[in-house]
Amino acid sequence: MLTPRNIEEAAMTSAVLDHDAHPAPEAHHTSLPIDNRKLAMWTFIGSECLLFASLITTFLIYRDSSVGGPGPKDMFEVPLVTFGTAILLFSSFFVVMALDGAKNGNRKKLILWLSLTVMCGLFFVAMQVYEFNHFYHKGLGYSTNLFSSSFYTLTGFHGAHVAIGTVWLATLLKDAIKGRIPAEKAINLELSALYWHFVDVVWIIIFPVVYLMSLGR
Amino acid sequence: MASHTDAHGEHLDHAHASAGRYIQIAVILFALTALEVLLYEAIFGSLRESSGALATSLGPWFVELLLALSALKFFLVAAFYMHLKFDIKALTWVFSFSLGLATTVILSLFLLFWYNRGLWWMDGPW
Amino acid sequence: MATTALEHAPAYQRSTIVEWLTTVDHKKIGIMYGASAFIFFLIGGIEALIIRAQLATPNGTLVSAEMYNQLFTMHGTTMIFLAVMPLSAMFFNFFVPLLIGARDVAFPRLNAMSLWVFILGGIFLNASFLFAAAPNGGWFGYAPLSSRQYSPGMNMDFWAIGLQILGIASIAAGVNFFTTIINMRARGMTLMRMPIFVWMTLITQVLVLLSFPVITIALVMLTADRTFGSGFFVTAAGGDPMLWQHLFWVFGHPEVYILILPAFGIVSEVLPVFSRKPLFGYSAMVFSGAFIAFLGFGVWSHHMFATGMGPLADSFFSLATMLIAVPTGVKIFNWIGTVWGGSISLKTPMLFALGFIAMFIIGGLSGVMHSVAPADLQQTDTYFVVAHFHYVLFGGSIFALTAGAYYWWPKMFGRMLDEGLGKWHFWLSMIGFNVTFMPMHWVGLLGMPRRVYTYPEGLGFDLFNMVQTVGAFILALSILVFMWNVIRSWRGPADAPADPWGGATLEWSIPSPPQEFNFAEEPVVAEKDAFWAMKDAAGVDRFPEPGHVSGRGIHMPGPSWWPVVVAVGLLMFFVGLMVHRSWAFPFTPVSIAGFALMVFGVFKWAYEPVDAHAPQH
Ligand SMILES: [Cu+2]
Repeated sequence: MLTPRNIEEAAMTSAVLDHDAHPAPEAHHTSLPIDNRKLAMWTFIGSECLLFASLITTFLIYRDSSVGGPGPKDMFEVPLVTFGTAILLFSSFFVVMALDGAKNGNRKKLILWLSLTVMCGLFFVAMQVYEFNHFYHKGLGYSTNLFSSSFYTLTGFHGAHVAIGTVWLATLLKDAIKGRIPAEKAINLELSALYWHFVDVVWIIIFPVVYLMSLGR
Repeated sequence: MASHTDAHGEHLDHAHASAGRYIQIAVILFALTALEVLLYEAIFGSLRESSGALATSLGPWFVELLLALSALKFFLVAAFYMHLKFDIKALTWVFSFSLGLATTVILSLFLLFWYNRGLWWMDGPW
Repeated sequence: MATTALEHAPAYQRSTIVEWLTTVDHKKIGIMYGASAFIFFLIGGIEALIIRAQLATPNGTLVSAEMYNQLFTMHGTTMIFLAVMPLSAMFFNFFVPLLIGARDVAFPRLNAMSLWVFILGGIFLNASFLFAAAPNGGWFGYAPLSSRQYSPGMNMDFWAIGLQILGIASIAAGVNFFTTIINMRARGMTLMRMPIFVWMTLITQVLVLLSFPVITIALVMLTADRTFGSGFFVTAAGGDPMLWQHLFWVFGHPEVYILILPAFGIVSEVLPVFSRKPLFGYSAMVFSGAFIAFLGFGVWSHHMFATGMGPLADSFFSLATMLIAVPTGVKIFNWIGTVWGGSISLKTPMLFALGFIAMFIIGGLSGVMHSVAPADLQQTDTYFVVAHFHYVLFGGSIFALTAGAYYWWPKMFGRMLDEGLGKWHFWLSMIGFNVTFMPMHWVGLLGMPRRVYTYPEGLGFDLFNMVQTVGAFILALSILVFMWNVIRSWRGPADAPADPWGGATLEWSIPSPPQEFNFAEEPVVAEKDAFWAMKDAAGVDRFPEPGHVSGRGIHMPGPSWWPVVVAVGLLMFFVGLMVHRSWAFPFTPVSIAGFALMVFGVFKWAYEPVDAHAPQH
């Protein structure tokens, strides 16, 4: 289950920044030696930190409020999420390799690593759909208890971010195949890579804080 | 974002890391993740029986250990894969300020809720 | 974004409506922010007048209790999100690029999208009146009043979803203006040479970026409670209404600085020009602004003293709140220091700026009173609080925004506003404002609670309330005078000079109104108060009137339909969410169509050509 509420938000503030730089490349003056779009992406990522902070806080406060339904210990399975975590980590590695290819004008390398990244994205989304479906059939609906609501909201938001990132990277893959990402336009991929790493980093927090700690103490 | 420099079209791409470095980082990231899972399995999961003494001694520090490991992973991804180590300082400022504030908000809400109703994260080893 | 060389502009003849719908020019966008925000301001004002008419006498019967709830909720929501914030955004849009010597913002199309999302969100919120279901749970929507159980109608759905829409506009604009200010400054304009208004805008954007995500999540959870049956804030389900309050005020307190810091910036521009003296203590002004914003994230629970957080939390938030008085005091002393010994010219902008200082001091003092937790327990939820925040938001923000309007009107429209009418406007505002809100201090201390639709006779409230109502109508009269002033200037000749006030900053160096590309040549800045420095270097008091130039060879971003298309898609998506009440299938056809339209718009936008130079070059 995707949480739709933030799809448009992230889609617009990130995907759209992609090509929306000031034109007139001949006289492109910036105060800092950095592209506007990259600065904007980092600013947006800074803002997203607070978004996920609110979600994580809510989850931690409500984690044990599982009256009238299953709790984390009845649900979470370490192997599956470990697999998902590994997939996301892999994809972060793949996308830096793709970017390396793009910056060196190595189109083959770019396409190879970028397709692997997109596949990881798809895998992760599929993993999450499977997980949600599985939990649902084990009796954990969205409104079963506070644990389920806060868990689904947090991971749903994250999943929506992964989905947006996957669509974005897939679009760039299409561009790369058509030869539209020459070395001087590697910034297009760099932006999506930044976003993608951030989504990964959020999962690096979610994996221990939400899954492992709920199963442990 | 303190200093003001004029770009004249140059970008700070000089020191960007090589593919070899990216592979190194990937290996470390996987090792750390494996360690996280191993810790969980040794203390609470399937390896519990065979790791008796270890589980007893590390058990109370489970949360702290996990947080430290994931902070390390976080740092590695941000510094190398997200290029903060090689980019202008302003980006590090933007990110770490937001991150610091986000962490402070989480922690202070914890404190406020713990103060009123006592929550699980406070029954650690301290 | 088709880049059109300006000499070909006539080839792109578009109707006026299409031109404004598709524009990405920061000046046009600014004007549209201002116009729409002013309309919302009038709506919010009419709501206030109805409230005052209802309360003029004891046992008032003008409106029902239910209607009264909707009026005060919409009055607060409207004035904060649809009036003061976008009126500030008008000045950000029109003047930040001019003040930093840029030709536009960093992302012109994203800027247009923010505007349209804001306008559609504002219309959405007000459309609730058509269904007789305007939000009715107060502007901070406390649980459980906002829950499905206590507010079964669509009222709070309009509120929760409307604020989510507006939040998207604010965050997009925050990213845009942060990037613009950090990265688009003219050569030589270091951070510590930026006009204070630009500094305060920058700090405001940081606050927006870091606080709006928090309310977004809280609103998503509220919507989930109401729509999908979760229990985040529902006590019966184990939820904790305190979580709502905390998340709301983690956003809410920074929000009040989002409302006042731009006002600080405007006043800091106006006072030096009309005192003919540079701002006193520039760097102290910068750092106190930043310090206020920073502390602003650590004081939110002073809105919650009455919830019984315990002595430790109460003490912490009390002390942190009192600490904010220090940088605020620094600002007030610096404003006074700026005026002190200057050759003061009491033009309308200056009158409003001085009025701002006086009124803001009063509001600030009652604010410090609230920071004392035991005193706050007496004052909270009474008219004393209402008096406090109207002194800082009307006497503060609106006075400063009005000062900005009179100050920058000639630059925006090429027409001067009338000084005589301006003075009428000022004195009627000043009298009307104080007559309305000063008695609220007393009636509040006498114990009159806010948000009650009427009160019985004989509690000592009667006279105060009648006086307040009279004051409110005097205040309304002052707004009518302003509107008449605008209409008069509209009919008059467009003959405002480029530099009517002897200004200190770059916007006064170019014609009024500026040409599309702002600066024929990108300016180079050597010190702060850049335009004063240029005049000093040339040894003149005023430069000769700058002529219009052809703009040949200057490439400006072309118009685009996609921002407005994306905004409409976004609105449809949210409107669709109003209808369905099941988490298993939350998407109505309207939502799906809106989402599809949005995705379509984003892709068209992303692939709109960036460097398509006009053909015959
Ligand atoms: Cu506050």
